[in-house]
Amino acid sequence: MDNPRFPNCYKVDSKPHKFCAGCGHPIVLKMLGQVIDEMGIADKVVFMVDIGCSLLAWDYFDLPTTQTHHGRTVPTAIGFKMADPGKIVIAYMGDGGAYAIGLQHTLTACLRNNPLTTIVVNNTLYGMTGGQLAPTTVDNEITTTTPGGKTEFTTLKGPELLRPIANSQAYLARGSTDKPLVLKQYLKKALETQIKNNYAFVEALSFCPTNWKTDAQKTIERLQDLEKIFKVGEF
Amino acid sequence: MKQFLMGNQILAQAAKDAGAKIMFGYPITPSTEILETWAKFCLKDKSLSILQTEDEMAAGFGVIGACLAGIPAFTATGGPGNILMQDAIVMAEALRVPMVTMIMQRGGMSTSTVIYSQEEVRLTCFGGNSEGFRIVYSTSNLQELYDYTLKAFQVAWKYRWPTFVLADGYQGKMMGEVKVGEKNIKMENVKPILTKGVNFRNCYNLEEEIGEIITNHSDEYQKVRQEIEEYEDYQTKDAKIILLAHGIVGAATKMAVDELRKKGLSVGLFRPITLRPFPAQAAKEIMSKAEKIIVIESAIGQLSELFKAELFGLNNTLIEVNKPALGFTPEEIVKTIQSYG
Repeated sequence: MDNPRFPNCYKVDSKPHKFCAGCGHPIVLKMLGQVIDEMGIADKVVFMVDIGCSLLAWDYFDLPTTQTHHGRTVPTAIGFKMADPGKIVIAYMGDGGAYAIGLQHTLTACLRNNPLTTIVVNNTLYGMTGGQLAPTTVDNEITTTTPGGKTEFTTLKGPELLRPIANSQAYLARGSTDKPLVLKQYLKKALETQIKNNYAFVEALSFCPTNWKTDAQKTIERLQDLEKIFKVGEF
Repeated sequence: MKQFLMGNQILAQAAKDAGAKIMFGYPITPSTEILETWAKFCLKDKSLSILQTEDEMAAGFGVIGACLAGIPAFTATGGPGNILMQDAIVMAEALRVPMVTMIMQRGGMSTSTVIYSQEEVRLTCFGGNSEGFRIVYSTSNLQELYDYTLKAFQVAWKYRWPTFVLADGYQGKMMGEVKVGEKNIKMENVKPILTKGVNFRNCYNLEEEIGEIITNHSDEYQKVRQEIEEYEDYQTKDAKIILLAHGIVGAATKMAVDELRKKGLSVGLFRPITLRPFPAQAAKEIMSKAEKIIVIESAIGQLSELFKAELFGLNNTLIEVNKPALGFTPEEIVKTIQSYG
């Protein structure tokens, strides 16, 4: 039997990957890997991962990669990019890192139009710590810290939040793991935007059957429900 | 070349002369002029850059990012900013990132006063979920601000531990003459750290994995510590009383020693310049013969704690003179020591 066709930039000996069965991360990472291959930029990409489930991607690619601290991937990436502007730097994180503990960095990087590609995998909760409330948690969603369902406040939407402060040349999009090829196009544009020296941000709406406690069918249904709340597209 | 400069300008000038290329910083008294001076340098010299960040965490991680790309970078802060900076510093300890940080101590606790204390010794030396794998230079005058900043960059990149210049607002805001640009200290080993084939982690699954890494770090730190340790000893040879002080209090104490000697007291000064690693071996040799050791500091026991931790078992009488967040004049040190003499 042939080996599965991994993207060339994958680190093959770290596979099988470390994510839970049914996780959305490997879909996002596979699309990213394909884009890096197709653009022929593997020798220029530097990959930085946050704390949370995204940390499991620390050896996913055969690319210079570092874990950072929770929420601090964006400033680390900005520092690297300032020091070596020829590199293409990717900050890969979850919705907790990007929208809660690191929101100031997300906002400021966009405001300053730092040439950087931020990818945020949004599953509406904290995955690694076992399913707590996140800024993205939707109305009535049950999490371990909102056992009665979340009702108190609204839901944070990343690209919509950034749009008013983004440079006109910046790129903002939200894709979804149930439409990987569309997501792939967004990731490609996000990398091209950084190459043109502008800020790029892609949120990938994703599923988390482990913490959602859903079977395969319910997982897909729930993601489709989320797509009604979190609009997929370019902003 | 001699110049008349403010302490904070000296720090920025020294960073430039050392070969630093990027400063990341968040304004905070009493360190702000370092950032402002660097901003002016960037106007004239296009090889330099600056990022005024949204907070001290971003400044610290920005420095880490630049260092990972192989470009010497630094930040400066103090007080509550030093607390936020610890987030980045422990990652620099874990991944051996040569980040350089200037700490201009303010008063403790909390937001506190904005100009002076020695209340950030413990935080700067040991402020993380770590074992203090850091190099901390405590300066005592304007010339030392310049000289030890040059050295901090060199040592950081040579040994790859996060390195600090620990001063305070008195030194930062003071103006005076310094010799700049005369030393030709070159950084060695400056090269990209995060390169092809490198996958860094700082999050581990197994206790055994991280335990081994901490032990290795500790072994490597202990192996080089004596090469790094620095101190000043003054009039200690036959001294019956040895005064232990660091930073600007060390400078005041040195003046007091001269005065006390004139009065016939057998007094000397031991001033650790590296608080981490603490010059333990030298301290032991120099101080073990004294009858009394008197620790003088603008904090309650932060310096004496370092001393006691490293020199367990000395039989000298130990007296602590603590004035938390308050400065010392040489005159009052003279008076105090006479009362113990």
